[in-house]
Amino acid sequence: MRALKIIVFVLLSCFASVSLAWSGEAEIRASIAQLATAKGFPEIEKIVKDLAALGDPLVNPALTALADGNLQVRKSDNAIFITRDGGAGVALIDPVTGEDAGEAAKADVVKIKVNNGLRRIIRDSLGNLTLQSPDTATRLQAAQTIFRNSDASQLVALDAAISSEKISAVKTQMELARASAILNSDRGDDEKIAAITLIKERGGRDALSLLTATEAKTNGLVKDQAGAAVASIERSLAFWATGQNVWYGLSLGSVLLLAAIGLAITFGVMGVINMAHGEMVMLGAYTTFVTQDIIRDSFPGLFDWSLLIALPLAFLVAAIVGVIIERGIIRHLYGRPLETLLATWGVSLILQQGVRSIFGPTNQEVGNPSWMSGSFQIGELDITWNRLWIIVFSLIVFFVLLVALNRTPLGLQMRAVTQNRRMASAMGIRTPFVDSMTFALGSGIAGIAGVALSQIDNVSPNLGQSYIIDSFMVVVFGGVGNLWGTLVGALSLGILNKFLEPFAGAVLGKILVLILIILFIQKRPRGLFALKGRAVEA
Amino acid sequence: MILTRFFMGGFDRRITILIVLLLLLALLVPMLHLLMPPTSFFHVPTFMVALLGKYLTYALLALSLDLVWGYCGILSLGHGAFFALGGYAMGMYLMRQIGSRGSYGNAELPDFMVFLNWKELPWFWYGFDSFAFAMLMVMLVPGLLAFVFGWFAFRSRVTGVYLSIITQAMTYALMLAFFRNNMGFGGNNGLTDFKDILGFNVQAPETRMALFAASAVALCLGILVTSALVNSKYGKLMIGVRDSESRLRFLGYRPESIKLVAFTVSAVMAGVAGALYVPQVGIINPGEFEPGNSIEVVIWTAVGGRGTIVGPVIGALLVNAGKSWFTGVLPEFWLFALGGLFVFVTLFMPKGVVGVWASFKTRWRAKPPAEISQPAEAQT
Amino acid sequence: MNLPTTIASTLLYLDGVSVSFDGFRAINNLSLTLDVGEMRAIIGPNGAGKTTMMDIITGKTRADEGEVFFDHGRVDLSTHDEADIATLGIGRKFQKPTVFESHTVEDNILLAMKGKRSAFASLFHRSSTEETKEITRILETVRLAGKRSALAANLSHGQKQWLEIGMLLAQDPKLLLVDEPVAGMTDAETEETARLLKHIAEDHSVIVVEHDMHFVRELGVKVTCLHEGSVLAEGPLEHVSADPRVIEVYLGR
Repeated sequence: MRALKIIVFVLLSCFASVSLAWSGEAEIRASIAQLATAKGFPEIEKIVKDLAALGDPLVNPALTALADGNLQVRKSDNAIFITRDGGAGVALIDPVTGEDAGEAAKADVVKIKVNNGLRRIIRDSLGNLTLQSPDTATRLQAAQTIFRNSDASQLVALDAAISSEKISAVKTQMELARASAILNSDRGDDEKIAAITLIKERGGRDALSLLTATEAKTNGLVKDQAGAAVASIERSLAFWATGQNVWYGLSLGSVLLLAAIGLAITFGVMGVINMAHGEMVMLGAYTTFVTQDIIRDSFPGLFDWSLLIALPLAFLVAAIVGVIIERGIIRHLYGRPLETLLATWGVSLILQQGVRSIFGPTNQEVGNPSWMSGSFQIGELDITWNRLWIIVFSLIVFFVLLVALNRTPLGLQMRAVTQNRRMASAMGIRTPFVDSMTFALGSGIAGIAGVALSQIDNVSPNLGQSYIIDSFMVVVFGGVGNLWGTLVGALSLGILNKFLEPFAGAVLGKILVLILIILFIQKRPRGLFALKGRAVEA
Repeated sequence: MILTRFFMGGFDRRITILIVLLLLLALLVPMLHLLMPPTSFFHVPTFMVALLGKYLTYALLALSLDLVWGYCGILSLGHGAFFALGGYAMGMYLMRQIGSRGSYGNAELPDFMVFLNWKELPWFWYGFDSFAFAMLMVMLVPGLLAFVFGWFAFRSRVTGVYLSIITQAMTYALMLAFFRNNMGFGGNNGLTDFKDILGFNVQAPETRMALFAASAVALCLGILVTSALVNSKYGKLMIGVRDSESRLRFLGYRPESIKLVAFTVSAVMAGVAGALYVPQVGIINPGEFEPGNSIEVVIWTAVGGRGTIVGPVIGALLVNAGKSWFTGVLPEFWLFALGGLFVFVTLFMPKGVVGVWASFKTRWRAKPPAEISQPAEAQT
Repeated sequence: MNLPTTIASTLLYLDGVSVSFDGFRAINNLSLTLDVGEMRAIIGPNGAGKTTMMDIITGKTRADEGEVFFDHGRVDLSTHDEADIATLGIGRKFQKPTVFESHTVEDNILLAMKGKRSAFASLFHRSSTEETKEITRILETVRLAGKRSALAANLSHGQKQWLEIGMLLAQDPKLLLVDEPVAGMTDAETEETARLLKHIAEDHSVIVVEHDMHFVRELGVKVTCLHEGSVLAEGPLEHVSADPRVIEVYLGR
């Protein structure tokens, strides 16, 4: 660590000496010195502007300190220092070189007063004068600051900076800043129109507010151009907003897909609705919680792997509970789907209360592994990693299931039972065994859905209840007997929900979706992808 | 004339006994409460009257569900919605009766509207100052919803579990809607702090007794209507729908219209039950729309015995008495018990208490002559 | 209307009817006519489209193409639903006996009786003495007079078949569609059923679908053999059963 500090220090010193050679240090010192005798804010403002006009990054520390209230005058000799609280007194630092300059008692120094107006000026000036900084990031940020503030006073500094800029990305940003500044200046209409065109191409919310302001305060051709540009940017923003809605919709849809797909399988094969399906999801989420708890206590290094470890465990837990329900209850109610619905509702009450008794009624904390946290941007889209992973995960589950149903012997048997139970039974398929396995599979998938949901929702005993009705709607909408129906159903309901939300609000949107589904089944009572033929009805 | 004939068709021995018992109860409980001194063993305390009154409205709700489920085979998981809508209609009348006695003292607007800064009464609150109008709405609103909903659902031949799920979605949607403040029904908190009904204080013991008696009478009426329906040719058609919808259709009937009549009548009954429930418990809120509540009604009916008229009444009384006892003694275990009840009844008691009683009776009767008689099926 | 004389003289007229489920052609360009008062037996292997044909006639399934006319070409059946078609005068007995199991035999017939079909009419219905007499007459015809107040669920398989035929009679349709009436019956019951159907055919038009060749012979009527959704052969039983194609696909050598 010590070595590192030294290296950093050496590098910084090199920097300092390089820039020292590059601009007049004396001139800066002289300007700063005036601050000691300045009377009132207008005078200080003038000095700050002079300093900024030098366009030298060396003034940065002093101006920053001034804005923060850390620039002080030593009473004894009117010398100016950057101060830092330390021990009994204050540590003094040279305002230009940043070198240590001893200490002073608190009573020996006086703060140079600034007000908010001054602070804003300093901040803006800092943006401007760092245009010439050797650090690329600093220059870029400076350009962005000017762009947002459209500071016409920086036009000259910008022109200079643009002509000497080598990095094209920074140059582009500076040109935008210049355009922004021109809009706020008294330059001619031609230049302003060129600026508008440039800003329009950049787009985004900042450009929109800038051009809106321009439209409001100008006349004639410039106003028209600004108006047109505003409309164009609004269109593109609306496009991105649509994209964001699609993204939210896909995210909701993938969650619905995970929650509904197991339900669709059991409903398709056995013709029964498992009202305890939501509780299987809940059990999966609690399995994740317990797994993480153990890992946190005993193997903290494995935390990033906790979800992958929880997946098979959640599948097993939910599948075992599912088999117990199938063997213990559903089997004995064969051919009475309404009674099955009631009995499984009873089971769901018992499971909810059971979990409540063991873990308590409050939400449990389930952590996000590092690869599930954070977000990134595509254009104007804001994409969080956990949502992205859940979409990927649900699609993986979907396709694995699709392959399993179409390529494995059990899958073949399940499809056979779905289409014609009596015929399948007559062909020697052990339908009770297929039922058990189907139920285990459906429940297991609900379990792993619980793992995914634990990352974006509260893990509480009521977790399952909040998804169950939506999952039913997916099954009703998508139809049974074909997984694609569930996929299309889940995604379209998810997206529909998110598109209705901005107009109708979350709750009304949900109600509208429910009404739409009720109207939809007028046309297709058995959903989007319904089985056809004589064997279906009986 | 045709109506009396219709109702007379509903009487049989069991129904008559039940109705006489209920009417006795309607007289006896208030008398024991008002006339006996509080120290007496026979005195019925106020809370008990309120509780019993609540149970009676639940019984009516269970009966209304039985009409569609037990006789028509439509398992509605949304009957709580009709109950709650009837309750809200009554609640709106009671809110209007508060007048300027609310916390904000606004004679024009209920408290929650003042709180939300509303300036005038929304149009759908018009008319609720009148008791007669409110009572009309108690029946009309649930009936209309059931009619429209049923018309769509039955016409597109949504049956079985599909229909159950859709009805559940219906009550769920209504719950979400009523939770919204700007729906104009008091949002989260619902309607409460009632003062008067028809000019009488809702809290007064005499009013409570009247409400109790009204609940008993309403239940009797419900029983009569149900009984008359199921004993008519229409009742045979309902059972036909339950047993074989397609047979009925190929005979030229329209099962959808048969179901629609039953569903609508049933919703009206549920609405009346809700209207009687609200003044007795003193509040109506969106929680009544919760899907769980509606499913609980199903279990009352199942426990008593569906497809019978006595069953749901007995079931509602039994399960709710159990609930009151359980939540007093072992609150954490109530959900276990309720869940277990769902499983137990569907697995072991598909015909409910009434069914168990009936088979017990036939076995008991069959015992003495057992040595000589052969099973009846032997001849075929 | 300018209908061809052939349509005008028929009770049932199917022309070029096709229907397919998910690409499978259950009925393929099927044409068939039935004269008023005629009884017709339909035979054919499994999957020949016999039941689907009945579904199309009774409105349960819609034909993708082709014409289905009833009652001298006056009614286009493709524009009516099941309940309409039933009231127009087509009764149907299912392959699997379908009766109201929780009702008594009498109530089953009562519900089938010709009359108003609306829910409101049924609310205020009173049974009349004529109705009771008619029920007795029908029950005697279908040999169930002794079972009048028995629950339908407690009848034997054969008795349920008869009850269903009795319900068709109560409906008093112009055309009866009878799907496998003797499946699962004893020989004695089969003979009895043949006699019953012949009696019914005296004043009704009937289409019988049946596998039991002995029974078809007993009926002694014109036979149509279906195969892969269209007519393979048609004519008297001796003629059809001698057709080499029928022997090939259905009767076996």
